[in-house]
Amino acid sequence: MFSRNVPGMTEILHRATVGIAGCGGLGSNAAMLLVRAGIGGLVLVDFDRVEISNLNRQFFFQQDIGKPKVAALAEHLRAINPAVKLTLHEVRLSRETVAWTFAGCDILIEAFDRAEAKEWLIEAWCAAYPDRPIVCASGLAGYGRSAAMQVRRTGTIVIVGDGVSDMGEGLCAARVMLAAALEANEAIALLMERKQKGGIS
Amino acid sequence: MITVNNRDKLAWRAGMTVRDVLTTMNYTYRLITVTVNGILVPKEQYDTYQIPDEAQVTVFHLSHGG
Repeated sequence: MFSRNVPGMTEILHRATVGIAGCGGLGSNAAMLLVRAGIGGLVLVDFDRVEISNLNRQFFFQQDIGKPKVAALAEHLRAINPAVKLTLHEVRLSRETVAWTFAGCDILIEAFDRAEAKEWLIEAWCAAYPDRPIVCASGLAGYGRSAAMQVRRTGTIVIVGDGVSDMGEGLCAARVMLAAALEANEAIALLMERKQKGGIS
Repeated sequence: MITVNNRDKLAWRAGMTVRDVLTTMNYTYRLITVTVNGILVPKEQYDTYQIPDEAQVTVFHLSHGG
């Protein structure tokens, strides 16, 4: 399946596990991209069910409406690669449950919609795992302004997005997907870097 | 001297806190993530966390959407 991957990437990604905090526009698409890249395992967390209004940007289909997002997403991800190891948590994540929920993850992808939740997730992850990266998104609403999408890194934190736009202006698949793709791409790069430094066994 | 967001230079003084930097820079966003030399500073420490001279301070605005 991965014969067209970048040489050296498949073996490293196969041994890695990435946490996905939220399976909406960011999380469902980032998860799909990571599975296509050959990630070994994902921990998927979301308390919500698929609604028709999700289909304008999330990796779901008409037949998923009403199903738990983690279950529907798992089905689609296994349809891409049946060998991917998935751990599903259909729960509302809290600051207190971040550490144990994602204990087995090399990297966490922040894929929440509320900024308040992004804030406590970053704090909880960095407190629990100060040496493990977290990839976050801020500013992915609207359309166009492709070049405004940035990737900023400080310590173990990566933040993608324009840093300004707010979901109040509406969400469009193309721009949400840009942010999700940046998150997945950065996660892959971090896993490759960590392997080179001996961080992943 | 400290650097904020890889761009702005601020004069450093002993005892300078994260809150002092946010006030000086006129950051009014409520939802932000702050790091000092790559280390995340929890929100409840903004008034007490002392910034060393030559520090790299990063302030990210968190906006809704996902």
